[in-house]
Amino acid sequence: MDGENRSSGKRLETLDRLKVGETGVIRVVGGEGILRRRLLDMGLTPKTKVMVRRRAPLGDPIEVNLRGYELTLRLEDAEKISVEEVKE
Amino acid sequence: MKLVFALAGNQNCGKTTLFNQLTGSNQHVGNFPGVTVEKKEGEIRRYPGAAVVDLPGIYSLSPYTAEEVVTRDFLLGEHPDAIINILDATNIERNLYLSLQLLELGIPVILALNMMDEVSASGGSIDIKAMEAELGAPVVPISAGKNQGISELVDRAMKIAKDHIVPARVDFCKGPVHRAIHAVAHLVEDHAAAAGVPDRFAAAKLVEGDGLMLERLQLSENEVEMLGHIVAEMEGELGTDREAALADMRYEYIETLTAKTVVKTGETKEQQRSVKLDNILTHRYYAIPVFLGIMMLVFWMTFGVFGTFFSDLMAAGIDAVTAAADAALTAFGISPWIHSLLIDGVFAGVGSVLSFLPVIVILFFFLSLLEDSGYMARVAFVMDKLLRKIGLSGRSFVPMLIGFGCSVPAIMATRTLASERDRKMTILLTPYMSCSAKLPIYAVFTAAFFTSYQPVVMIALYVMGIAVGILNALLFKALLFRGNPVPFVMELPAYRFPSGKTVALHMWQKAKDFIIKAFTIIFMATVIIWFLQSFDFRFNMVADSADSILAAIGRAIAPVFAPLGFGDWRASTALITGLTAKEAVVSTLNILTGAGDASSLNLVLGQMFTPLTAFSFLTFTLLYMPCVAAMAAVRRELGSAKQAAAMMLYQTAVAWVCAFVVYQAGRLLGF
Repeated sequence: MDGENRSSGKRLETLDRLKVGETGVIRVVGGEGILRRRLLDMGLTPKTKVMVRRRAPLGDPIEVNLRGYELTLRLEDAEKISVEEVKE
Repeated sequence: MKLVFALAGNQNCGKTTLFNQLTGSNQHVGNFPGVTVEKKEGEIRRYPGAAVVDLPGIYSLSPYTAEEVVTRDFLLGEHPDAIINILDATNIERNLYLSLQLLELGIPVILALNMMDEVSASGGSIDIKAMEAELGAPVVPISAGKNQGISELVDRAMKIAKDHIVPARVDFCKGPVHRAIHAVAHLVEDHAAAAGVPDRFAAAKLVEGDGLMLERLQLSENEVEMLGHIVAEMEGELGTDREAALADMRYEYIETLTAKTVVKTGETKEQQRSVKLDNILTHRYYAIPVFLGIMMLVFWMTFGVFGTFFSDLMAAGIDAVTAAADAALTAFGISPWIHSLLIDGVFAGVGSVLSFLPVIVILFFFLSLLEDSGYMARVAFVMDKLLRKIGLSGRSFVPMLIGFGCSVPAIMATRTLASERDRKMTILLTPYMSCSAKLPIYAVFTAAFFTSYQPVVMIALYVMGIAVGILNALLFKALLFRGNPVPFVMELPAYRFPSGKTVALHMWQKAKDFIIKAFTIIFMATVIIWFLQSFDFRFNMVADSADSILAAIGRAIAPVFAPLGFGDWRASTALITGLTAKEAVVSTLNILTGAGDASSLNLVLGQMFTPLTAFSFLTFTLLYMPCVAAMAAVRRELGSAKQAAAMMLYQTAVAWVCAFVVYQAGRLLGF
């Protein structure tokens, strides 16, 4: 994993900061307790590809696509997930 | 031999549809003990003696939400003969995550791959035989909506239950996780056996850091320490923590499994359609207008043309039956008090409540469409930001909105909320949304006192209700529901056409619920009110209701309302009868003042109230405890008579304080 990153020089971000249409690969899932567990259970595990589908009309929460389904989560929770951006 | 099957699966995977296919209308709805998590049970069609229990839709057997804990307790404590695990085949990776945990339980498991028709229609396929071999448990492709594959599913489920064929494989892990789980399984073997938990499941949960399991097994200090060492070693080797390690291990296995057995051709037609629909339905500018439009249409259909037609029809029917009964009782010379009990008490009381029935059935028809199609999840997505400020999530928006129509279906609709905390809080807040039955009261009073400001006063009342609701929400958030809310991490399922059967059954269940309430708690309440209204303290029937026990009670409690500006006994009596249905406040005032028609009621009210005391009275009416039908709904959904009673007292106290503030502030300001 790490070798790959260095060679391609990919940008590290948190999931909430990806723009609509951008895709990231999860590096670390932070947070704690029930929130973290829920994120992991829903399939937001390291190395998973996540695409930001859209933002809610009021700007928050966001809708993401992963593992072939659509998931919504709040920005404050998405902030706990660090991703590296990949160009599709 | 009686067999019990547990039906388990994620939310939105077609579980309810499958349950309805399995059981037909032969269902019993209740709650799991101690929590307000719904428990549906039914007998499997053509298999008398085989029962299936519908467990809540969950994504994992983690120890956090009431739904997950209830499911664990049921599976471990009630020992079902087999688990029917339903999966959405179009979204198989995440659905298998729960399956892997179910397979650890030492209970026979059968996997039902639902929506296989959608998978094949999009050119995908799943190698069922290979998947069975990999998982060591039977797998059956089905389409619950089209009733395909159900009989094969039932036949094979029967077989594994009767012969107690448990999954052949429980090990899905490798490397450090594998070593840790095995070491722990060995360590806690005896404790697990004593606690009645399969050791493999116990070990996985302990490695994961599951507090409930640790408590249940009662390990010695020494063993807890060894457990800590094993976990620390695993975490060190993997460079990650225990929770992530197990989730990772499961998903990693799932990825290898699906790589071998699932052929995917991108998104299914339904998923593509959903993305297109969402481009409009959750659009930056269109989403909210479209939502308001849909809700207005639903309200208009329910409380306007459609509902009114059926309600009128129902009322006419009830009137006809009442008239016939009235005539018959007179013809047979039945004693006047029995006559009055039946006609004025039972028929009038239950009849007035039953005329709500069409509205409730129609409303639930639309709600069921919105919920089952997947739109409700989008409403939650769109509205979440607004409701978050008061400690709720977007999911609570729709029940509260329905509250403006009628609190009864609104409170019943909280069933669809995913967490017990949100459910309870929404139930507590819904009655502050002024229901449509209070409109006649507002209309009469504003016509009498605020002719030129009628709309302003009306709007002020609605806004006051919402404001008091928000203040209460903030208070509840700070005091009552301090714990962490369930995170708003929610699936947006693909839009699908709801199955007619599911919608019909849903309507039937809500109607049945309401009819049972009408004939039990509401029946009793109306008979009591009738009795109080028709008799004096010597149990003689009164000709003038001013001499009744109710009027005496009204007089006795009238002083309580004096500080609010309306100490008149007729006002307090009207508030009591308002508990049967809020419209009754107006009719009681009519009777007690002898007004008869609207214009003379205007006149009499003008003598009883000043504009200020009238507004104070309206404030109290807006906020005080809801009618018996709503109380019954609250009691049922909270699952506790005590909590329901506390809520009623609290609400009435809030109403008193608010009306007091309105009246005293108004006086100080010189109104």
